[in-house]
Amino acid sequence: MSSKNRILQATAENQPTLTQLPFIDFDSLIQYPDPVAAFEMVLKKIGGEIIHFKNEEEILKSISKADQDGEFVLNTFRQQEGSLAPFKNASAVELAHLNRVYLCGALGVAENGAIWLDENAMVNRLLPFITQHLVLILNAKNIVATMNHAYQNIRVDESGFGTFIAGPSKTADIEQSLVIGAHGPRSLTVYLFHN
Amino acid sequence: MKAMEHAQAAEAFIRDEARTDWHDETLWFVRQKRDLAAQGLPEWEQLRDWASGIKNHTLSNLSQYLALFEENALKNGIKVHWAMDAVEHNQIIHQIIKEGKICRMVKSKSMLTEECHLNAYLAAQGIEVIDTDLGERIVQLRKEAPSHIVLPAIHLKKEDVSDTFNEFLDTEKGNNDPQYLTESARQHLRDYFVGAELAITGVNFAIAETGGFVVCTNEGNADMGAHAANIHIACMGIEKLIPKAEHLGVFLRLLARSATGQPITTYSSHFHRPRPGQQMHLVIVDNGRSRQLGRADFRNSLKCIRCAACFNTCPVYRRSGGHSYHTAVAGPIGSILNPNIDMKANADLPFASTLCGSCSNVCPVKIDIHEQLYKWRQVLVKEGHVPSSKKTGMAAMTLVLSKPTLYRLAGKMGRVALKYAPFVVNNSLNPWYKQRDMPQAPEESFREWYQKNRK
Repeated sequence: MSSKNRILQATAENQPTLTQLPFIDFDSLIQYPDPVAAFEMVLKKIGGEIIHFKNEEEILKSISKADQDGEFVLNTFRQQEGSLAPFKNASAVELAHLNRVYLCGALGVAENGAIWLDENAMVNRLLPFITQHLVLILNAKNIVATMNHAYQNIRVDESGFGTFIAGPSKTADIEQSLVIGAHGPRSLTVYLFHN
Repeated sequence: MKAMEHAQAAEAFIRDEARTDWHDETLWFVRQKRDLAAQGLPEWEQLRDWASGIKNHTLSNLSQYLALFEENALKNGIKVHWAMDAVEHNQIIHQIIKEGKICRMVKSKSMLTEECHLNAYLAAQGIEVIDTDLGERIVQLRKEAPSHIVLPAIHLKKEDVSDTFNEFLDTEKGNNDPQYLTESARQHLRDYFVGAELAITGVNFAIAETGGFVVCTNEGNADMGAHAANIHIACMGIEKLIPKAEHLGVFLRLLARSATGQPITTYSSHFHRPRPGQQMHLVIVDNGRSRQLGRADFRNSLKCIRCAACFNTCPVYRRSGGHSYHTAVAGPIGSILNPNIDMKANADLPFASTLCGSCSNVCPVKIDIHEQLYKWRQVLVKEGHVPSSKKTGMAAMTLVLSKPTLYRLAGKMGRVALKYAPFVVNNSLNPWYKQRDMPQAPEESFREWYQKNRK
């Protein structure tokens, strides 16, 4: 018998009588009077930064004005798909010197400052991780209260990969001292717009 | 590998009193951060109930969910492998490495690969795997095992890390700054990420409904490896399944809060399909789990989501260190999982507890850990895995406690001895005298006092 069949058979023989799944009652979940304010507070606590914009145009202006002398910067916000095509299948070697990347987040979570983005928004799965600094652009309207709400609003298998990102990469593996900038980005800034 | 029993190893650990205190306080601090995070959510207890209920349901339907998960994962283009035990798990990974003619590989944290001793197995074949979690890299360089499933190097001080990095990464001697040391590790490991041909990761949750899996890290090392390499191998025990993606809404709210007090890990990555040109493998491992599923008293240990809250709160773990548990998963949860894997080798572990119940109180999936520790003790005695001195002692105790006259006589003798001949008990033959003074003997027993004062 194959290992698969042996495992499935042993599991079937040993599993207890079927129990029911609990009902997740959304009425018992925490409610934030101001989810955007809660999001901002948690984000700062976990090492992220936030800049508010009136609308998307202002973000675009700010990105084009940003100091980019000689640094490897990649902006995906309001870009023609064709201009990003070369990065789609770029290897880690080619992306190793990325300094700053701008990506669009789909949804933010007030309780933990996390932002969901999937493969389509990333262009290349490596981008949000390999860059030294990451900027996530988010519409304030797309902030939900909790992770329970978040999963009501996304389809995790819509693309081949998706992730919640909450702040910059970090570690406390040396004597529990928090250090920002482990293997991923050294900073995370959220550009939040309110139109 | 077991060099000594828990009690002996713990005795060695606590010889350095200052370090023991530091270890104890640091982990208690993590426990306090967990409390703050839990208290921040009015629905915390409700979340624990749901998490427990979802896991109970999943275990009660596990064979069907496993089959459904495989079917969906295959549709997603993931190659699924099944391993009965640790050896088969290691062989499957070795085979993939051989077929791909792989030389450079990285691994993020996976307690399952620790349980299976994958690194040692591959090293014996001349294959080197680079651990990329900072704590795991530190212990790997020192040729040690992780001492904690979330904080692998918690047994070390920054001076130890500085010495290790000075030796292997050529950092400045005596520079103990965690920022500097972490930055050095970042530079050192970046080359390995960029050059990786194959990446091994663990799995936090596998979703039956969608055939995908979730990996949580703070450092971003699992993602750096998995997205850089052309081959990704994810390893999971059969108990990692959950029915639907929406259930992640419950578990991801509990996991990091219970582990470190963070509201969520920095990255919660959902893998469903390999990227173009990439191979994605999934190794589903039993290694005794289906047997544990059949033990009614112990099956709900399989609900564990590896947050380590029970480690951080445990008075025995905090004062004995992870290595004294001589297993990949230490702490209270390890002490109920490991006797299932090898009853004889791990018979000491269920006794490494005060049965205070703190572990059960903090467990985010409501495993009755301390009750299972107690039940394992009964099983181990029955199966003959307990040293005869413990059995003789218990038999003597039973005799004394069941005969009132004998009990009163023994009590009197004890009081007299403590009063007039303390050297009879205050010596190295008496294990209770180790590291503690014997109490002052009262003049009379409670019974004598009661008889005098009864009105």
